[in-house]
Amino acid sequence: MRLQKHGGSCGNSCCLRVENLSVHIGGEAILENVNLHLHCGEMAAIIGPNGAGKSTFLKAILGQREYEGVIAFSEPGQRSKKPRIGYVPQSPAFDPSDPVSVSDLFACCMAKRPAFFGLSRAMKQTVLECLERVHGESLIDKRVGTLSGGELQRVLLALALEPLPNILILDEPLSGVDVEGMTVLMDMLDEIRKTYDLSILMTTHDFSMLPRYADKVFLIDRGLKAKGDPQTVLNSPEFYQSFHMKGGRV
Amino acid sequence: MSLWYAFWDALPFEMLHWDFMKNALLALLCMAPLFGLLSTMIVTGRMSFFSDALGHSAFTGIAIGAICGLASPTWAAVLFSVAFSLLFSWVRSRSNQAADTIIGVFSSSAVALGIFAATLGGGSFTKYNQYLIGDILSVTPGEIGALALTLLAVLIFWGLYANRLTLTAIHPQLASSRGIPVGLAQTLFACAIAVVVTLSISSVGLLILNSLLVLPAAAARNVAKNLQQYHSLSVLFALAAGIAGLTISYYFGCSAGAAISLILAFIFALTFCMRKGRR
Repeated sequence: MRLQKHGGSCGNSCCLRVENLSVHIGGEAILENVNLHLHCGEMAAIIGPNGAGKSTFLKAILGQREYEGVIAFSEPGQRSKKPRIGYVPQSPAFDPSDPVSVSDLFACCMAKRPAFFGLSRAMKQTVLECLERVHGESLIDKRVGTLSGGELQRVLLALALEPLPNILILDEPLSGVDVEGMTVLMDMLDEIRKTYDLSILMTTHDFSMLPRYADKVFLIDRGLKAKGDPQTVLNSPEFYQSFHMKGGRV
Repeated sequence: MSLWYAFWDALPFEMLHWDFMKNALLALLCMAPLFGLLSTMIVTGRMSFFSDALGHSAFTGIAIGAICGLASPTWAAVLFSVAFSLLFSWVRSRSNQAADTIIGVFSSSAVALGIFAATLGGGSFTKYNQYLIGDILSVTPGEIGALALTLLAVLIFWGLYANRLTLTAIHPQLASSRGIPVGLAQTLFACAIAVVVTLSISSVGLLILNSLLVLPAAAARNVAKNLQQYHSLSVLFALAAGIAGLTISYYFGCSAGAAISLILAFIFALTFCMRKGRR
């Protein structure tokens, strides 16, 4: 079931602005002149072939990669500022043998008291509340490495929502998640952006979910090749060119 | 120290009626928690090859300190190791080569420089053997004091930075997205390892020092389900192996460092066999 979209309480007036963003590594242009706007309450997907610069784009927004151009966030009546970002990394980057429980992961991110002393009662309550947002309270004592793809994504999502960010960035959240898990996760993201009125920016290789959930799609291939609603981008000549396809509809 | 000596004199442990054994035990009680704690982060952050390289750089620092005419070259070695780790961190952050390649470059260069400095002018390498094998029984009260201060500094550092270091070790990108200065955290930790490795080298020996920085956490990792168990078991294993190794070395006349490493290896094997039921 497709949940209804809405613009959020700020009436779409807060916005992530990316202007003339370029990234060069070792003299080579990885991204050139990317311009895009993303309003709060919107869900946008970044697509593109492997090596097209999607990860570099996310790293630039996360401040992990030097760039030229402007990345700014503005709210109504306020000056542009650096946005508060919640980040959900690509899940396979966790070592399955790490003796780190879900509560440890939250403690490392949020608590002042060293995680190896265990959680204080107040912190445990906070962690449970965070997990409740993603229906994951039962995961609190599980080791991060033993979680299924979908469970891990939910935990990382709960973590990214505390403190509540302006923009939620997800790096390939659907990889390693089964079809049922994808629907659960996407429904949850849809609910979250409406409840908290935040922008969601995600990279994905799974185009089947886009028409149902995404407001905007940005096709990146060393630069911004196409943007618009999912149907427009997925049927554009640039899409077929980037993915070396001859034609047809998605 | 006199209280420490008097305490053991009053107890019926023959082994601990000797001053050198009392010193060795106290040194171990300072070193074991250091090894236990640092090893958790070394193993999680996949830095075991790096800590090994730091041992080599400590030896180089000692050799350079010796040819500069320093009576106790340990502090020259501390300085050299810290400089080594800072330079390594700097090069790693600016190179696109794999970290183990950069470590290999630094490690082999440090060893070559150490041997070059030690044998310069036809000098004999024999006097440096003590740093290869180590001898905890010859540890001095001054060295114990330095170890105790290092333990205190590392405990404070751990209390303030453990969460950030852990997050940096398990997922640097996630750590960075939460505002943790990943490069600074890694550099501070590298400096902490450099100091501990260098101060322990004459007691434990370069050849087996790294096993003490890897085995406690590697064994704890086999059975720990969370960070609390991971840290506690790692420190506990290091302490137990330290005391047992010292006892074995006294009764069998072998190197204490080697005995401690072997016991830790045995604990690793034991916990490895217990892994099945961990989930």
